[in-house]
Order: sequence, then structure tokens, then C-alpha cells
Amino acid sequence: MSERQIQLEVLRYNPETDSAPRFQTYAVPCLNEWVVLDALNYVKENLDPTLSYRWSCHMAVCGSCGMMINGEPKLGCKAFIHEYGDSIRVEPLAHFPIERDLVTVVEDFIAKLASVKPYLIPKEDKPVSAGEFKQTPAELMKFKQYTLCINCMLCYAACPQYGLVPEFVGPAALALAHRYNQDSRDGGRDQRQEVVASDEGVWECSFVGACSEVCPKHVDPAGALQQIKVASTIDWYKEHLMPWVKK
Amino acid sequence: MAKSNKPIFWGLFAAGGTVTAFVTPALVLITLFAAFGAGMDMFTYEAIHAFAAWWLGKLIIFGVILLSLWHAAHRLRVTAHDFGIRADTVVAYVVYGLAALGTLMTIVYLLRI
Ligand code: SF4
Ligand code: FES
Repeated sequence: MSERQIQLEVLRYNPETDSAPRFQTYAVPCLNEWVVLDALNYVKENLDPTLSYRWSCHMAVCGSCGMMINGEPKLGCKAFIHEYGDSIRVEPLAHFPIERDLVTVVEDFIAKLASVKPYLIPKEDKPVSAGEFKQTPAELMKFKQYTLCINCMLCYAACPQYGLVPEFVGPAALALAHRYNQDSRDGGRDQRQEVVASDEGVWECSFVGACSEVCPKHVDPAGALQQIKVASTIDWYKEHLMPWVKK
Repeated sequence: MAKSNKPIFWGLFAAGGTVTAFVTPALVLITLFAAFGAGMDMFTYEAIHAFAAWWLGKLIIFGVILLSLWHAAHRLRVTAHDFGIRADTVVAYVVYGLAALGTLMTIVYLLRI
């Protein structure tokens, strides 16, 4: 097993005591198959127990270890040391306020997620005795990719629009709204459209596409947003030019 | 939250993007052919005038110009925003105003042919 000495430059900040964030560099002996999260764990266990960061699964499932690695939004547990040089800079996710070191305040994202009602709103109430809702593979394919989101917020850190306009509902929340809208069992689109089709909803997106580039689960939120735009545009023309057409 | 009226402009933008993506390269190619003298009877003043005088020709020309203009206008609006110009309403009035003016002029000129 080859080992390599890495200079890990980590942003440190405690809003309660520090006037400004600063960088602290740790020399970490890294094994080649390590990911950046391993290096952080090494620091915490051996060099500096005060370092704060979030993680849980170490396998790109929980979505809690999002951070900027050399300026790019990445999952700490999916960013392999061997893909980087001898000096790696780690910062908290861009566009979010810092709670402590690499830990960000995520309330804004959680509220936006909740605002699009990301759950099944059944078309009809069906008693359990009536049996299961059946879905064809084709119906499943329409939304399956969007179910893979792990709420890691890398897409928000990558999105320049979210950086400019903090009210923007943003990629993951909108893609998740689309996930339920596309589900054949769901009847909640009208309710979601109140948020999704607003100015701060899908229309704040200018199709930069960075969200889809950084998404570790290949959700392609940018694609979902463009599909929402097309559907919302058709809605608009129906509502304004053909008000007699019932949706 | 109120639903946005952006679909009007985005609809034209999306349609315009599709049209220009197909038409502009074709126009470049045709112009190139014409410049080298190929297919010259197709590109005489009379031939092109006849096309523009025909009602369907007018409609095609109008469609292409209208969509290109509104596509470009919306593109510029977004680009201005990306470049840090935050006066979105002013920018919107200017670029859409120009597109509207261009649309009007297209109608006037086409009708005069
Ligand atoms: S869409 Fe992708 S990048 Fe965005 S939160 Fe979900 S998994 Fe993360
Ligand atoms: S630790 Fe769970 S996604 Fe990285």
C-alpha cells in the first residue's frame, strides 16, 4: 500500500469566536486508496479533535459530506486522494452560511425541499383492500433517475443562479418535484406548480447546467428543470389562451 | 407565490433556439455556395423576391425572423444577468423592446413586398 504525504488545507471558522474564516494546513500521511473524508478523519483522530465536518455513511448514500474540494463541490467520501496533487484545499459548500468549519447551515435548503411537497399525493384515495398501485416499467422509467437524489446539495453549491438569487428554489428541490409530478400514481402537480412555476421556482434557472455536472448520483437536475419549463409553458398558454380547456 | 409570466418569453426563446440551430447553419452554407457562384439562378434577385412575395414565403421569413429575434433578446437578458447587471426589469424592457420593434419592422417590410 503506497502512502503519500498530503498538505490538507482546511477552512476553519467558528462564527461565535472568529472574526473571519482562515485556512489551517495539516500534514496527513494518506494511503493511496483513501478519499478526502479519510484524510479529514485522520486529522480529527490524530491531529486536531476540534475540526468539525459532517459525514455518516462513507459510501455516497447519506449525502452529508458535501464540501468544496479544490474549489469544486464534491462528496468527501467519493473524492479519491489519488486524483489530486500533494496539496488539497477543503472548504464548506459554497452559497451556504457556515455553522462551524466545514459544517454549513442547511435550513434554507430543507425549507425549499418541503415547499415543493416532495411526497406522493395520490390521485385517488384507495383503501388498502383495493390492492396495490401498479406501474409499468415505462412509467417507472419516467422518474426513476430523479429518485436517486441524496440531498447532498452539491448542485446548490455549483449553481451560480442560487449564488446570485438565494430565493431560487434550486435544482434538487425542483427535480424532486418533477420526480413526483412524473409518477403515474401522483395527482399533486397543481399544488406543486404554485411554487415550481413561480419566478423563484423553475424560471430563475438559466440552464447553466453545472448542477448536472457535479451531481454524484447522475440525477441530471438540469434536464428535469428544462422538462418542467416546457410543461409550465404549455400550462401558461392553456391558462391564458384557452381558459376553457380544463387541465 | 404567483405563477410566473416568463413562459411567454421562454416559449419564444426555446422555439427560437430550435429554429436558429437548424436555420442559421443552413443559411451560412447557402451564403457560402452563393458566394462561390454555385446555384446562381436560385439566388437571383428575382428568385428571392418571388419567394418573399409569395404568402407562404412571407410566413416562413416572418417566423424565422420573429423567433430568432426573441431568442436573441431573451439570451441577452440572461447573459446580462450572468455578467452581473442586476437591473433585470430595465434590461428586459430594452431587449424585448428591440425584439418587438424588429418584429414590427419585419411585418411592415414583408407587407410592402
Ligand atoms: S440532485 Fe444530485 S447534486 Fe443535487 S442534491 Fe440531489 S444528489 Fe446531490
Ligand atoms: S458520508 Fe455519506 S455521502 Fe459521504
